[in-house]
Amino acid sequence: MSSDGDNDDFVYDDEYEYDDGFDQDEEADEIDSTSEPDVYDALSPAIEEAPQKKPYDVTWKVKTLQEIIDMQNKEIKKIQSVLEVPPSSAAVLLRHYAWNSEKLQEQFWNDPATALQEAGLSPPSSPTTSTQPLPSGPFECPVCCMDYDAASLEKNTYAMGCGHRFCKDCWTEYLTGKIKAEGESGNIQCMEDGCSRIVREEVIDEMVAADVFKKYHNLLNAAFVADSPNLRWCPHPDCQYIIECNQAPTRMLDQLVPTVECKCGNELCFGCGHPASHRPVLCRVVKMWEKKCADDSETANWLQANTKECGKCNSTIEKNGGCNHMTCKKCKWEFCWVCMGPWSEHGTSWYQCNRFDEKSGVDARDTQAKSRASLDRYLHYFNRWANHEHSAKLDAEFYKKTEKKMEQMQNSGNLSWIEVQFAKQAVDVVIKARITLKWSYCMAFYLKRNNMTELFEDNQRDLERAVENLGYLLEQNIIDTDSIAKLRSDITNQAAYVQKRHDILMDDTLKGYLERRWEFAIPT
Amino acid sequence: MAAPLSSRRLMKELNDIQAKGTPEGIVLLSADSMEEWVFLISVLGEETIYRGETFALRLKFGPRYPIEVPEVTFLANEQYQPPLHPHVYSNGHICASILGNEWSPVLNAVAICITMQSMLASNKKKVRPEGNDRYVRTAPTNPKLTRWHYDDDTV
Repeated sequence: MSSDGDNDDFVYDDEYEYDDGFDQDEEADEIDSTSEPDVYDALSPAIEEAPQKKPYDVTWKVKTLQEIIDMQNKEIKKIQSVLEVPPSSAAVLLRHYAWNSEKLQEQFWNDPATALQEAGLSPPSSPTTSTQPLPSGPFECPVCCMDYDAASLEKNTYAMGCGHRFCKDCWTEYLTGKIKAEGESGNIQCMEDGCSRIVREEVIDEMVAADVFKKYHNLLNAAFVADSPNLRWCPHPDCQYIIECNQAPTRMLDQLVPTVECKCGNELCFGCGHPASHRPVLCRVVKMWEKKCADDSETANWLQANTKECGKCNSTIEKNGGCNHMTCKKCKWEFCWVCMGPWSEHGTSWYQCNRFDEKSGVDARDTQAKSRASLDRYLHYFNRWANHEHSAKLDAEFYKKTEKKMEQMQNSGNLSWIEVQFAKQAVDVVIKARITLKWSYCMAFYLKRNNMTELFEDNQRDLERAVENLGYLLEQNIIDTDSIAKLRSDITNQAAYVQKRHDILMDDTLKGYLERRWEFAIPT
Repeated sequence: MAAPLSSRRLMKELNDIQAKGTPEGIVLLSADSMEEWVFLISVLGEETIYRGETFALRLKFGPRYPIEVPEVTFLANEQYQPPLHPHVYSNGHICASILGNEWSPVLNAVAICITMQSMLASNKKKVRPEGNDRYVRTAPTNPKLTRWHYDDDTV
C-alpha cells in the first residue's frame, strides 16, 4: 500500500487574478533600456539596436570571454579613478557590491571607512601587506605549528593588512583548497577566526600555482556574469560565449519570453537559461512544469493504472492483495475497494460487493473521480508534451530519412540538388513547429478555461493538424516522376501553411502577454 | 611538507591538552591515532536541560587539517546517545556553521568542543531538528557531504 495524498497540489482557483505588475500598456511596446537607468546600462553603454521585428522580441549581443574581462577591467578602472583606490581594492569593492557601481559609490561617499570595512578591505591608506613590524623573536605558524626564526620570517611568512601572520605554505594550502575544492574566488577571507579581510588577487597570484590562479580567474569571471543581470553564459556544452541582453530583466519575464541565439548556433532562453527556445511559455511556467513533471510523470501513469484514493482523506492507495475490506493507513477509514463505500454498510457480505448503488458509495466515488480527474487532466497535457519531446529526439533520424528520399528524387525524378531542398526545408519547419507545439501543451495545462484559452487551443489544434499532414506527406513513398512533381508541390504548400499556422500561434500568444490576455490558474 | 600537515599540529594540540588540561566539562576520552579523537562533553551548571548527561563527540582529522575542517559527530551507539538538540540529528550529525563555512584554520579540537558545549548550554528545548527522520534516512555517512543551510543563530 502506498499513500501520499499529493494529488491536490494543483487547485484551479477561479479567484486568482493574473497581475503582471504593469499598469501602462504603452510601456510594453518600448521595452528597451532607455527607461532603465540602472545597472543594465552601466556596463554596456553601446548595444547596437538591431531592427526590431516584433514587440516581444529582444535584442542581444554575443560576447567573448575576453570582452567580459575587458568589461570588468573598464569598470574597475572607472571606480579606481573615481574613488581613488588601488585597482585591486576597486575590484574587491565592485565584487562586494555585485558590480553595482552606483550603489558602491553611494555607500562609499557616504562613509568610505565602513564601505571598505564591509567589503573586507583595510582603510584606503593601508597597503596589501601588514605594516606592523615583523615579530622580533621566532614565530610559530598558528596553523601548522612550524617554527620560523626571525631571519626567515620575511621570506616564509605573510600577513595581510589585518596583521594575522601565517606561513606561506599554509597560505598556499588554504588558498588552493578554497579555489580548487570549494570553488571560491572573490570572497576568500583571512585564515584567522572571525577576520573578514578579503585575500586580494595579487596575493593569490603570488601564493598559488599557475593552474590554480587560472581557475581563480575563471571563477571570478563566472561570478561577474552571475552577478550581472544583463549577462548569461551560453548553456550549450563547450560553448564559451556569453550573451548580453538589456531588455529582459527579471521583472519583464511575466510578459516576455526572451529567446536568443548564440554564436554557437544554438538557441537559449535568456530569461532562465533553458538551453532551447521554450516559446511561447513564460520562464516561471516552464520551471513549474518541469518540476511537476519531474515529481509526477513517472509515477502518475502507474498511479492511474493501479491505485484509488481513500474516500475520506484522498490518500492514494494501492491494493496489492488481500480482501476488499480496506483500512486506510493514514486516516483509518474502513471502506470497500470495489464500491468505495463505507465498510460498515457491508455487513457480512465479504468478498462480494453487492452495494453498487448505495448513495455513500456514489459519493465516495465522486470524490475519487474529482481527484482522478485532476490527474487525468495532467496526463492529457503531459502525454502530448512528452510525445513532441520524444519526436524531437528523433530529429536526426528524420533528417537522415529525408536526405535518402532527396537522393532518390534526384535519381529517379531527374531533379537537381536545389530542386529537392524543399524536403529538407519542410523538415525544418516540422521540427520547429513540434517544439512550439510541445510547449503549447504546457501553456494550456496552466491556462484558465475561458474564451481566450479556447482561441489558443483552436490555434494549437490547427497547427497540430497542419504538422500532422505535413509529416504524412514527408513519409510518402516516391513512385514515379509524376507523383514527385505533385508531392513536391503538396509538401511545399503544406510547409508554407505549417509555417503560417506556427507564426499565428506564436505571434498571438506572445502578443497576448503584452496585452495581458492570458489568465493562468497557478497557485501563487 | 613531507608528513601530512595535520600530524605536527595535532601533536602540538595533544601536548597542550596534556600540559594544560581541557576546560571544565570537556574530557579527552581517546586519541589513539592522529586521525580520530573522542571527547566527552557535559554541560555545567544548574540551569541546563542536559544536567547529568554526558555526550561523546568524535573528531576525524584528514591530512589537510587544520586547513580543512575535521569531520565532527556525536557518537550514537549502545553507550552514548547524541543530545536532543534542534541542531543535532539522531544519527549524531551536527548542523553548525563553525563546522562548515565559518571554520578557520586557527581553530582547534578544543575550540570545537567548547562551541558544542555552549551550543548545548544555550538550548532550552529538547527537540530533534525538523525533518530529522527524513534526513537520517538519506544522510551520507560523512556529515561534511551534507549541504547545510545555517539559518538559526539562537541556540
